[in-house]
Amino acid sequence: MMNASSPSPLGEFWQTFRRNKGALGGLAFMLLVLVCALCAPWLAPHDPSQQFRDALLSPPAWLDGGQWRFPLGTDELGRDLLSRLIHGARLSLLIGLASVLLALLPGVLLGLIAGFSPRHLGPPIMRAMDVMLALPALLLAVAIVAILGPGLANTVIAIAIVSLPAYVRLTRAAVLGELERDYVTAARLAGARLPRLMFVSVLPNCLAPLIIQASLSFSAAILDAAALGFLGLGVQPPTPEWGSMLASARDYIERAWWVVTLPGLTILLSVLAINLIGDGLRDALDPKLKNGL
Amino acid sequence: MLAFLLRRLGLLLPTFFGVTLLTFALIRLIPGDPVEVMMGERHLDPQAHAEAMQRLGLDQPLHRQYLAYLGQLMRGDLGQSFRSGESVWAEFTTLFPATLELACAALLLAGVLGVLAGVIAALKRDSWFDRVLMGLSLTGYSMPIFWWGLMLQILVSVGLGWTPVSGRIDLLYDIEPHTGFMLVDSLLSEEDGAFLDALRHLILPAIVLGTIPLAVIARMTRSAMLEVLREDYIRTARAKGLSPARVVFVHGLRNALIPVLTVFGLQVGTLLSGAVLTETIFSWPGIGKWLIESIAARDYPVVQNGILLIAALVILVNFTVDLLYGLVNPRIRHAR
Amino acid sequence: MSLLEIRNLSVSFGGPPVVDGLDLSLEAGEVLAVVGESGSGKSVSMLALMGLIDPPGRVSADALRFAGQDLLALTPRARRRIVGKDIAMVFQDPSSALNPSYTVGFQIEEVLRQHLGLRGKAARRRATELLERVEIPAAARRLDAYPHQLSGGMAQRVAIAMAIAGEPRLLIADEPTTALDVTIQAQIMALLLDLQREQDMALLLISHDLAVVAESARRVCVMYAGQAVELGTLPALFEAPAHPYSEALLAAIPQPGQTRLHSLPGMVPGRFDRPAGCLLAPRCPYAQPRCAERPALAPSRLGMVRCFFPLNQEAP
Repeated sequence: MMNASSPSPLGEFWQTFRRNKGALGGLAFMLLVLVCALCAPWLAPHDPSQQFRDALLSPPAWLDGGQWRFPLGTDELGRDLLSRLIHGARLSLLIGLASVLLALLPGVLLGLIAGFSPRHLGPPIMRAMDVMLALPALLLAVAIVAILGPGLANTVIAIAIVSLPAYVRLTRAAVLGELERDYVTAARLAGARLPRLMFVSVLPNCLAPLIIQASLSFSAAILDAAALGFLGLGVQPPTPEWGSMLASARDYIERAWWVVTLPGLTILLSVLAINLIGDGLRDALDPKLKNGL
Repeated sequence: MLAFLLRRLGLLLPTFFGVTLLTFALIRLIPGDPVEVMMGERHLDPQAHAEAMQRLGLDQPLHRQYLAYLGQLMRGDLGQSFRSGESVWAEFTTLFPATLELACAALLLAGVLGVLAGVIAALKRDSWFDRVLMGLSLTGYSMPIFWWGLMLQILVSVGLGWTPVSGRIDLLYDIEPHTGFMLVDSLLSEEDGAFLDALRHLILPAIVLGTIPLAVIARMTRSAMLEVLREDYIRTARAKGLSPARVVFVHGLRNALIPVLTVFGLQVGTLLSGAVLTETIFSWPGIGKWLIESIAARDYPVVQNGILLIAALVILVNFTVDLLYGLVNPRIRHAR
Repeated sequence: MSLLEIRNLSVSFGGPPVVDGLDLSLEAGEVLAVVGESGSGKSVSMLALMGLIDPPGRVSADALRFAGQDLLALTPRARRRIVGKDIAMVFQDPSSALNPSYTVGFQIEEVLRQHLGLRGKAARRRATELLERVEIPAAARRLDAYPHQLSGGMAQRVAIAMAIAGEPRLLIADEPTTALDVTIQAQIMALLLDLQREQDMALLLISHDLAVVAESARRVCVMYAGQAVELGTLPALFEAPAHPYSEALLAAIPQPGQTRLHSLPGMVPGRFDRPAGCLLAPRCPYAQPRCAERPALAPSRLGMVRCFFPLNQEAP
């Protein structure tokens, strides 16, 4: 069926995107997480740090010995698990968003510079990125946190630095590709100046791979933040971060499976949801990339 | 081939020097007194402090310090651990085989299963098998492996009692370390059941560490295979009257593996990142656990040069993958 | 008994048929040309004969007989014993038809091992002979070359060597010269005809270019939109084409002194605009009201034609 009027680019995008069932499911789940994050203080039944000494390691409500006061049970200090998970959504989304922005902006800028100056500034920038890529991502993040010390802000910085090279490489490749096209030559001949050319002509045309990369590094950020938290190098207790919740509950895993299972499942589902959205974005934005990872 | 080799080497050296610059900067960026950072000692009296500054060369300008650091590396001096007093190199070489054994097992698992699954999914495109497999692969790719490890531990080791919870081999066995690879050493030891015990210790960590590479390789093989199966030379091979198996595996897979091999190389970084987590969970005495413990203990010489060694390893592996890439892809090998 | 007999062959990919009721027969040692535009179904029908159409593609035929054997009744395994040995095929683009990861020798020896059971030194010796037979210089050394190291003409010679390795009784050449330089085209055609004569094999030549066919084939089948529209002999068909489409194809051959080429308006009907009547009618300059019906293939003065109003029917 053809529409009489041609749909707007956004409408066209949405038409393709919504045909992908997995991506829609992912989007629905992430909206739920977003609502949890935004309305955490009102949604959570308890304060995430409040310790109920009378209900240590209380199982989820539907199990024997569970109580409806704590729908998903409590942890080793008697804190309500559901409330901690809801508040944890805030942190995870915050870390994801902040680290993506913190990597995206300088990454794109460096990539543009490297692309527009292939002789002088390009090579040193790309060599620096090679060096960063020589270190395994989590290890580099661990090393950075080892220098800066653990904590929320440093976690964000470490993850942003780790995901920087991907943006630089992507933007540079896109710029080099675009620069060979006729419209850029036309813009140059028309007397467009370099900065204008960078942002107005070239950048909108490499937006699609950047958006896809942003979704990928968003999910990677949540995973890495949780891994750092698990290793005790991320956000510090008693802040309810999903990874560190797992770490502190590890010793009770045999007695109370839910304290480990539920935070981990939350991480897995969130990351999976974002990756599903990323797949949908890729299908809708860039058919060429469809079969890649 | 030689020109190809030299060209790759030319790209490799600057990267390596960049890494030394990074590890050099690393230590100097740590907030606090440099002597305390480098010596691991607190509250030295001023005179001892000044002596230490001089001995460590910290009173020199930065570029001199860097050159001194490079010179040290050239002589193979990677410093000593604060905690054990052992040289970093000795500790690394003792622990590295454990990580290598684990990584090889994981990669073997991921490679064999991933390629097989990817090929079948490509051949049965859009079937239920393909859909389920791609769903599983995205789940594997999204897996927080530290949690996955704990879950497997509680289910398989604690619940079913099939595998040991942690370590490389039961304490009952006294294995002489000849190669550092427990599977090999336990065979050499001729102790009854040692090899099987080592294998049972290895299996769960290998599955955990192999999960993400498995997912990536399966997806990559599938898409590469789909692309290759559309090629003209596949039609030619079928027109020769070859069996479907020969067409798929000899003519298809060989070409599909070329992009998959690059992914294999990229997975080395993922593997080493994963090793940090997996070794921590399973108390596997490798370099990942070693580095995390050193960071926790502020054992900076280990942190600094441990990271350098790992980076050198990654660079070297990627270099090897590049060479292998040239070997399997004749078009690259003959390019000037 | 004919070497090859195709009766009422149809191939479809879940739409209107791509090949629609094709009849074709071929005697041993004969050269037959199948001519038509791209999309006329000439390649697809030959792929169907080779058994290379995969689902969702569907092949049906009243008969698909080769040397008295019904190919459709054979198990896939039995059919593969014929394909690549008794019936072999050379494709259009030699640079993509050879596997880039294997040497020339490997790809030729593979056929020798599969169908003749030759291995090791014997296979290598035979592969060298085959390369010499297709006039490749320094044949023994070329066995170790990879396809990307060969020129287009060289690669096509290798592909031909591969095809004749099983000493086929029928060689199908699908546009064997289209992807090559003009200077090489004649050499490859000469080689194919030379091999055909020498080995007494039948040659089925697929081409969109009547000029290529003119000097080599005795019989021609002209295809349009999946159907055979005219069967005839050469050079009679050239002098007096009976079908308007054949006439149009002939008019498209550049002649000395001609200033512009004639061509039919419009395109081969696609999936959604297939006419109910004669498939050529929308493009045919001679179309009349009756052409809203489907014509059948019927005898004409010099052969067979699928047209209500065939051209050139009066004796000269």
